[in-house]
Amino acid sequence: MNQWQNFAKGLWRENPILRILLGFCPTLAVTTSATDAVGMGAAATFVLVGSNTVISAIRRIVPSQMRIPIFIVVIATFVTVVDLVLQAYFPALSKSLGVFIPLIVVNCIILGRAEAFASKNGIGSSLIDGLGMGVGFTLALLVLGCVREILGSGSIFGVPLFAADVPRVLIFVLPPGAFLSLGCMLWLMNELDQRRKRHV
Amino acid sequence: MSEGSVFSLILGAILVNNVIFARFLGTCPYLGVSKRQDTAIGMGLAVVFVMTLCGAITWPLQRYVLEPDALAPGLDLSFLQTMVFILVIASLVQFVEIVLKKAAPGLYQALGIYLPLITTNCAILGIAILAVQKKMGYVEDIVYSAASAAGFALALILFAGVRERLAMRNVPRGLAGIPIGLITAGILAMAFMGFAGLGAS
Repeated sequence: MNQWQNFAKGLWRENPILRILLGFCPTLAVTTSATDAVGMGAAATFVLVGSNTVISAIRRIVPSQMRIPIFIVVIATFVTVVDLVLQAYFPALSKSLGVFIPLIVVNCIILGRAEAFASKNGIGSSLIDGLGMGVGFTLALLVLGCVREILGSGSIFGVPLFAADVPRVLIFVLPPGAFLSLGCMLWLMNELDQRRKRHV
Repeated sequence: MSEGSVFSLILGAILVNNVIFARFLGTCPYLGVSKRQDTAIGMGLAVVFVMTLCGAITWPLQRYVLEPDALAPGLDLSFLQTMVFILVIASLVQFVEIVLKKAAPGLYQALGIYLPLITTNCAILGIAILAVQKKMGYVEDIVYSAASAAGFALALILFAGVRERLAMRNVPRGLAGIPIGLITAGILAMAFMGFAGLGAS
């Protein structure tokens, strides 16, 4: 597998949210606006790339019974870095993502990649794998964030799209809208998949 | 702390700010172990047990070690919160597993397989962090953790009941499994929004 395929598998074929169905908590919680979605995606991508690289670098010296706690400490270090950087330079984003920044530690995608990929592959491939998975995660969040923001608040990245008297479907920025729109998105993915299989 | 405020704290944590339907914490086990009602009850009990213990342990840690000037004047360890809490949770889960195995084999039989899954349940870490952010007292922190966990158990058991029935229905192929589960959860979340009128925060 060349490095491009290694990167691209995270975008569609093994997309963490849409395909592997991991990491739903942040997906549901921070997609009320496109801005929050991109912020969360970028933070998670940074942690994924960092933790994948470090875990791959230390994979030969980590005893296998102790690997999970060690992986968690590595991930928690990167999460703390992201948390402090966001608090210092992007206070508004840090506030709206809230508790979901420290919760990147228990995001199954990150520990999942550490366990399934970085602990078995070289530093370069692990870095690329983390980047691909992170970008795939961000894209899925962005699509969901755009859909919810357009329908629920009538804007995109905070820029209003409709006149003020056009009614908004408020439910989409409320908690039930998160479940409904992610459910519909996965439904669409399944239908597309079945259609493609029928053609082949 | 008056009786009224305890009541509104409990009601708020279980119904108004339900862990799953309002805060989106712990959706992975929510979707993962809700296929059958008996496993949902086991998981729900295990979460109540661990989350209450976790609240009881993280509060003194935060208060006497991590807060600025708590351990020694001029020492601010609050940046270690995420790391300390997750390590506490991971070791707590292991510890509970060992103790239960020795001391209460019956309970261990019932909860055993769910315990390891709890380490990655983001509701545990999430509620621990939220509780210390709210700057509650010790008793309030424990009550809040227990009530939040009860909210998780309630959501999980309700959802498992619905999914047991869904399994026997003819659902369109593209919707079967997780997508219809999410849509069901959305409708449940709408029902839970009705509790917002209770006003407890």
